[in-house]
Amino acid sequence: MARTIEQTKVGVSSTGRLREKSFDKWAGYAFIAPAMFFFTVFTVFPVIFGAYLSLWKIKTAGLEFLSFTGFDNFSTMLGSEDFQIGLWNTARFSFFVVTIQTVVALLLAVTVNSKIRGKAFFRTAFFFPSISSSVVISIIFLWVFNKFGLINNFLSIFGINGPTWIDDPKTALPSIMGLNIWTTSGTMMIIYLAALGDIPAHLYEAASVDGATGIQKFFGITVPLLTPTTFFVVSLGLIGTFQVFDQAFVISNGSGGPEKSTLTVVFTIYNQAFKERNGLGLAAAGAVILFVIIFTLTLIQRRFLKTEQQY
Amino acid sequence: MATSFAKVNAPAVKMPGDTSPLVRTLLKVLAYTLLIGFTVIEFVPFLWALSTSLKPELEINAGLGQNFTWLPKSLTLDSYIGLFSLDQAPFARWYLNSAIVGVVTTLLTLFFAATSGYAFARIPFPGRDFIFLSILGTMMIPGVITIIPIYILLGKLGLINSYPGLILPFMVTAFGIFLMRQFFVAIPLELEEAARVDGANRFRTFWQVVMPLARPALSALTIFTFMGRWNDFLMPLIIVNDKDLYTLPLGMASFRGLYKTDWGLLMSGSLLIMIPIVIMYVFFQRYFIEGISYTGLKG
Repeated sequence: MARTIEQTKVGVSSTGRLREKSFDKWAGYAFIAPAMFFFTVFTVFPVIFGAYLSLWKIKTAGLEFLSFTGFDNFSTMLGSEDFQIGLWNTARFSFFVVTIQTVVALLLAVTVNSKIRGKAFFRTAFFFPSISSSVVISIIFLWVFNKFGLINNFLSIFGINGPTWIDDPKTALPSIMGLNIWTTSGTMMIIYLAALGDIPAHLYEAASVDGATGIQKFFGITVPLLTPTTFFVVSLGLIGTFQVFDQAFVISNGSGGPEKSTLTVVFTIYNQAFKERNGLGLAAAGAVILFVIIFTLTLIQRRFLKTEQQY
Repeated sequence: MATSFAKVNAPAVKMPGDTSPLVRTLLKVLAYTLLIGFTVIEFVPFLWALSTSLKPELEINAGLGQNFTWLPKSLTLDSYIGLFSLDQAPFARWYLNSAIVGVVTTLLTLFFAATSGYAFARIPFPGRDFIFLSILGTMMIPGVITIIPIYILLGKLGLINSYPGLILPFMVTAFGIFLMRQFFVAIPLELEEAARVDGANRFRTFWQVVMPLARPALSALTIFTFMGRWNDFLMPLIIVNDKDLYTLPLGMASFRGLYKTDWGLLMSGSLLIMIPIVIMYVFFQRYFIEGISYTGLKG
């Protein structure tokens, strides 16, 4: 990126007239001004405002700031049973979804990238679920996971009596994990596929000359060279899964049930803000906590994967 | 299995590390089994939804027990027709709302992203790189932190339950600016310089020379912005609570509560929501695939 910025600087008109340069400066500000105005109001300001709101008790009706409460909202939120359940559910959700979808995506990408026919077809097919809205997918899966739905009908062919999936506290969250993995593996695969194309062929040739087996080449060349991509894929996965809401909300019909088994962090933030009377400040605190968690996890995995890559 | 994977870019020439033809054939079979198997898994839920949406209500209900059928015994469009005559759910109105919000937001996004992306790529001015990198930095901030502040901000501005409330917060995106800048940086300078030697100023060069060249980037941005708005659920859920202003995902989520067991209705509604995006996907596939490595994930 640094290089491209440099290129543009060099590219300034070779005639280098002074008057034009100063006109350019103002043209530059004029070009970005409208976008920057709205970006500041609706993106930059809300981030700062969100941190500020977390220090207040705010009435939901009328948006009245009742009292300044300092860090009380944070201790209340962290101490609340729902928030803790939400955190535990979200952490499990994130762990299983990110791990499985990353492995599946890598496996699929390497297979699609090998000498097979129909590459373009498989790429298109695997990405297809990612273009649908999470609400639509949740509703379709509600029917897939129904007691008399697709999966149980399929299982009955083998004489297996399937569980009630989303109505059972034991299987409700894993069902949502399944639908999430089903949706996003294809997206992650495409990211891996793009990176695989950049690995120089001569590395594999050299390894073959040295007598390396396929497995040795996979773990010795492919996996290490894909590390920056893995960092990116895992980061996207963490950021996405830690904010899971839509699927849990639609599948549980807004309840987070059965028995709070599908309550997620964002779910408790939503409930705090819109189901309680004075909960907007608490909800903002919950969001700040979640922000810190996501940020920390991203940093930890960055260290873990020791990557130099920027994007 | 991994053997065939790692052969990715290996030359066709025989190498000492190569495996026997039999093993290679087996690996190939395994690879196709994996890929075709996964394709089936990805499509079956949609086909199952389609099959359900075309069955008469009686057949769907009979299937909730002994008389289950994979394919409809008799085809009917009743579920689709039923969608548009519900007392409690103005489905057509939701479709219109989603279309208005999607199209207007997308057009505004294109304008803001193209103008600022161009300046960040091409016009040197003090503070430019700092501002651009700051915008990039916001892409790593999880959206959840902005939910409550945007709700309060829109509340104070009187924009809750309004079209502007569904449009204004989403029309300038870091992703859009980033995408356009990357594109403008890569197009050759000569064309612009020729126009400027002829006396055109920055604004004219931008509209007459640069914008027509930017069609591929604008197409990709159109697809991603429209798809993002069309599918978004959490923000509209907070911004709108008047049923007549619902976008489609909000409407479908309310269906789930209202028509719990009317699977024909739920499936036909779900599939109708997908149609515009599926059409875009069929025609502009390469932009989806190219753009995806830049973009983040939806919740």
